[in-house]
Order: sequence, then structure tokens, then C-alpha cells
Amino acid sequence: MALWTLFGLRAGRATTAWPARGDAHGQAGVLGMPRFDADKCRDGCRECADVCLPDAIQFRADGEPALDIDYGRCIACQLCVEACPTGALTASNDWALGVRERDDLRWRPADADANNDDGASPEQKLAAGIRRVFGRSLHIRHVDAGSCNGCESELQALNNPFYNLHRLGIFFTASPRHADLLLVTGTVTYAMRDALQATYEAMPEPRWVLATGTCAVSGGAVGGTYASGVGVDPILPVDVYLPGCPPNPAALIHALLMIVGRAEQHMRGGQLDD
Amino acid sequence: MNGVEYMTVPADALRARCQQLVRDQGRLQMIYAWRDADDELEVRYLCAPAKGRAFEMWCCKPVDGRLPSVADIVPLASWYEREMRDLFALEIDDMPQSAPLVLHEGASSEHPPMEPAHPRGQALTFERSEWHAPEIAANGDVQRLPFGPVRADVMESAQFIFYYLGESILHYQPRLFFKHRGLEKRFEGVAPDLGTVLAERVSGVGSFAHAWAYCRAIESMADAGIPPRAEVIRTLLGELERIYNHLHYFAHLASTTTLYVGDAQGRLLEEKAKQINAKLTGSRFLRGIVVPGGLRRDLALDGDVLGDVRALADEAAEYLQHLESTPSYMDRLIETGVLSRDVAYDQGATGPVERASGLDRDLRRDHPYSMYLDIPLEIPTDDRGDALARARVRAAELKQSFEMVKRLARLNLDGPVRTDLTVPALGAGLGWVEGARGSLYYAVHTDAAGRLARVKIKSPSFSNWRVFPFTMHGGDIMDYAINEASFGLTIAGCDR
Repeated sequence: MALWTLFGLRAGRATTAWPARGDAHGQAGVLGMPRFDADKCRDGCRECADVCLPDAIQFRADGEPALDIDYGRCIACQLCVEACPTGALTASNDWALGVRERDDLRWRPADADANNDDGASPEQKLAAGIRRVFGRSLHIRHVDAGSCNGCESELQALNNPFYNLHRLGIFFTASPRHADLLLVTGTVTYAMRDALQATYEAMPEPRWVLATGTCAVSGGAVGGTYASGVGVDPILPVDVYLPGCPPNPAALIHALLMIVGRAEQHMRGGQLDD
Repeated sequence: MNGVEYMTVPADALRARCQQLVRDQGRLQMIYAWRDADDELEVRYLCAPAKGRAFEMWCCKPVDGRLPSVADIVPLASWYEREMRDLFALEIDDMPQSAPLVLHEGASSEHPPMEPAHPRGQALTFERSEWHAPEIAANGDVQRLPFGPVRADVMESAQFIFYYLGESILHYQPRLFFKHRGLEKRFEGVAPDLGTVLAERVSGVGSFAHAWAYCRAIESMADAGIPPRAEVIRTLLGELERIYNHLHYFAHLASTTTLYVGDAQGRLLEEKAKQINAKLTGSRFLRGIVVPGGLRRDLALDGDVLGDVRALADEAAEYLQHLESTPSYMDRLIETGVLSRDVAYDQGATGPVERASGLDRDLRRDHPYSMYLDIPLEIPTDDRGDALARARVRAAELKQSFEMVKRLARLNLDGPVRTDLTVPALGAGLGWVEGARGSLYYAVHTDAAGRLARVKIKSPSFSNWRVFPFTMHGGDIMDYAINEASFGLTIAGCDR
């Protein structure tokens, strides 16, 4: 007969100390959103835009540089990095990309934006402060509104012993009545739209919405068909946008901690803080 | 041509051909409609005759927009027929079941959504309308429990309706396709190379198998050979995908049998497998590697990653042994969700599910491709058909996958990993892969400009979701979650 308790004890502690200490976030090697260096971008070249299936890179006829890059549409497929002849787009391991304003996922030159606050309105800051004082736990109602199941696979991973989400006071709950956060994955298909809306309406206030994964942020590569929507935005107010295809567990944890005011936003104007 | 024999079958000969196929113990694999270069609607039936013989693709033109149903001869045809009616408005005579399948009640469009007349980006109009569950003629003791589409925990969306008496289930009605994204239409007009990126997003936990099957379809159309090193790495990655999926399966099974340490340990092993995937390929889901013609870049099959795989194999073996020696776990699996051999055959069960019901089929051996042409494979089967049989087949596969990965990594062939290929205009190709959940097919057609004109996806879960309800009737409510877990179903691939 298997002695599971003994087996478990013998295995020792599997949980990482990250994010409190250390850097064992478990994402070694994971390729994230490509970085863009406008200085290296050559005029008139549009090879990256031509291979960008979700139109995250669009070629602009006027203006400098000639590219519009929207990380809210990026699926990190790396095809633009392979296509770029000048090294203006390079592979990276960037993943902590949760933002409060959708616009912060759109690339703009770093110096064009002197406003370096965390992107939160005074009301959001106050609300975050209140949450910090009165409670640090977070209960999540997840709704799959038409995903490929990649996001679900990573969300399920949050409860594995390595990430052990419970240690952070964050829990998934079955009932929207008990939930603080609506976590939505998928493009929002026509058939899931009403169920998503009903779940949101069943939640008590204050309530937050996390658009999780590129599909939920913008529809991504598979949005905008006869059956598929273009993300959560047109249907519900979104508090944090987290692109990624799918966002890895560490990125998910970062975005959840952002919701409860325990982590800072790291991306502004399509670029990460140094 | 490339393991597939194309043949024209007149509509009035269709039923006789199906009867012959069944008499010969052949299998229907997939049916799809498309509009050919002459703008005529054609329906294609993919059949696997006896083992070792090439696939047959029957090309059949409807007469006055109609075809006879074959679902009374080959029951699994029913879903495909209903799908074609929903998406192409094809009329099919004498369907045993005729309710819409893919499109929900209340969805409408001016033209059938898969027809060229319906613009790709135009949304369906949808009015929420009451869906009526089947009436059960019985006294007032029968209880009705609707469940979903938003389900507890982190789950994919679907709705299930149970009719039960006490603990005993009288009828179970799944309502799927809430997640239907219209992906087959999304492929249309896309360049063949970029189609791979879409195929990777049909079913996240089957990303590699989907992309591989898609690329094989393009390669068969272009008549292109793949460099040996690319074949080795592809096969290795296919087995790595099987490993993390099967580990997930055992964690889920332990969870539904309330074996909490077993659940945690299974999830940890799955996490380790995904971290190996990331270190090797840059993606926890093995995305961004495969492309028509080979691989997008070479991968280092060096000692570091292999050491991790070896350690994981040992831990997994010990874990499986612990599960097998846990009476409470075994007790919940024995006799749960029995799928008979006949039902598995008739309804088109695939993968470990059919092999656990005594059907000895696996595309890796029966229609071999890539390294499976050279490396012999023992296909585990079991004839009990219950949840335990399904777990045992998967356990045997898991062990074998670890051996395959170690063996393939040792081969360490030199050479390029990609060949240039020219995708022909107005071409057609079929690609198949045996994924973690079973057989997976991509039928691909290109247009006059060499872009994708029609991509038909048949995922293993499309078959197994059709089969699953047959194991419910007479079962217990409290065994439901265990039974569902034992099937290892996903919804995204089925719904597309």
C-alpha cells in the first residue's frame, strides 16, 4: 500500500520562494514578447509586418518609425524576429506585461513619455491602498470565453506545488458571489458572451476584471471570425490587461499581485522598466 | 499519393461503399465539405481500410445540393453530417439526428458561415433563445441538473445536463461548441507557412501535434522530404507533448478520486515536464518550432535537458507505482465508465480511450510517419474498457514515451533541419499524427494563388466527446468526475 503522506514529506518542499525571494520563477528559456529598437529599423522594410498573423505589427505610411507595434495583439510566435533583417526586433524573455491602461501595451519611444507613474488613476490608487489595509486575499472566478485551453493549462499550473498560489492568499472560487476578480480567457465567442456577462453581474462590488491572454486582450490571432469576438474590452470594463499566448504562470502571478496592489506595473509604452 | 488514394464516389453509391467499409472492418475517419476550384460543393470522406493499406479519400458531389445520410451505417458520421449542415447548409437526407451541432440555437447569418459568400470577418448574429433539453417521459422522481457552461474551478466551458434518479444517471446530454471560434474559416487566405501558427492555437495542450499534422499536410501537397535530423526532433517533441499531457491526466485522476498528495505530485511532475519543454524550445507548449519543411531552428539535444528527462522518467515511474498500489484509487476506477468495444468502434473512439476498449489502433504504427517508420512501437491495449483500463494504457504509453525520447536524443544525427518547399496552387494534402489523445487529421487545400483555401481539422476530442455520453447511462453521479477525467477530454480542439 502506498504511504502518500510519507511520500509527500520525503519529497520535501517543492514551492519556490519567488516572488518574495530569489529568482526561481520557473520560466527559464521561455520566449516572450520581442523587443523593438526603433534606431535599427530600416525605412520602407515591412518584413515583420508581413509575417505578423495577428496584426500586432502594422506598417504606417507616415511617421517615424514606420511601425505600429501593439503587444496587446502579440502572440510571441517569434516570426517577426526571424524575419527582421536588421535586428530591430529581438527575442526576449520579457513576460511581466500586465498593464492597467490598454495603451501601455502599444509601443512608443521611451523619451516621449515623461509620465512614469504606475498608470493608476487616483481612485485606483486609493482603492489599492484600501485593499492593502483591509485584506490581502483575493478570490477569483475564472471564465473560459473561448480559449485554446493553453491559458487554462497555465492557470491550473498555479495550484501545483511549485507555484502554490494559496501561499499568496489567492484562491479560485466556484461562485461568482464569492469572487473579487473575474479572470477571463479567450476571444469571447458569440455563445459565451451572455454567460460571461451574467457571471460579472452576479459578482458583488467592488469587483475587478483581468483580461488574461492575448485572445482576451484583443482577440489575438484567432479573434474576429464569424464566431469569435475580439476580447473582453467591448463587453466588460477591464482593470488589468495581461497579454501572452498563453501568459506563463509567473506572469499570471504578477498580474494577480498587481490587482491586489502588491506588485508594480512594469510595462509602459510597450517597454519594460529596466 | 503520399499514403492517400483519392477516388470519386457517386452520391448514389455512397451508402453501399459505407456498408462495404464496415464489412471489411475499415474505419471512417473524417468527413468534410469544401468548395472546389470550379466553385462546386464537394464532400470528402476519409476512410482507413484494413491495417497497412493507404487511406482512401472518397470525393463525392452532392446531387441537387443533397446527399444521403450514412449515419445509420456508420454512426460516427452523424456529427460530421450535422456540422456540414450547420456550416455549409448542405442538405442531408434521412439523418438519424438532425438538431444543430456546431452552431447554437439563435445563431444566424445571411449565408452559411463557411461558404465564400460569408465574409471572413463578419460576425454571426445571435439572439439568445431558450434551448430545450430532451423530454424524459417519467414520473416526477427524475431530477434534472443543468451544469455549465461556466463550471467550477478552472475548466473549459461546456454545458452538461443530467437526468437522474437518486444516484443513478438515466440520461446525460452534453452541449458543446460554446467555444466554437470558427477557426477553419480563419485559415482561409493565409499563407501556408503562417497557417502553422494558427494550427498551434487550435488546442493549446495539443499545440505540437496540431502543428505537426498541419505541416505534414502541406508537405504531402508539396511532395517534400524532411531532413532526418528534423524528423528526429519532431518525433521527440511529439513524445514530450504526450509526456506532459499524460502526467496532467494522472494528476487529474488523482484529484477526482480525492487522492490529494497524488494530485499534487502529478501536477508537480507535469510542471517539471513543461519546464523541460521551455528550456528546450522556448515554449512550455512546444510552440514556434515546427514549420512546413522541417523546423524553424535547430535544438540542442544535449546532456542538460536529457538529464532532466531521465530524472523525470524515474520520478514518474515511482509515481505510477504508488498509484497502482493505492486501493482507494483503484477502487474508484474499476468498473467506472465502461466503454464496450462495439460502442468504441461504432462511435469512433480514438487514442488511449479506444485502445482501452480492446481496439488495437495507433496511427504511429498503422500509418507510420517520421521516425515511427524506423522505430518499432509496442501499442498497449486493454479490453476491460473501464477507467482503470484507460489509466493503464496511458501509464504504459507514458513509460514508452520516456524511452522514445531517450532513444531519439541518443541518435544525434547531424545535418540541416529545414528544406525549402514550394506549395502548389490548387493543391490538396492530408496530414495525420497520433497525438496524446488520439488520431488527428488536417486536410488542406490551396487556392490559385497558393494560399490556404480550406483547412479541415479533426481533433481526437471531436471523436471522444461523441463517445463519452455512452459510458454515462446507468452510471452514478458521484463517479461522473472520475469518468470524465479518465477520458482525458479537451474542449477547445473539439469546438475549434
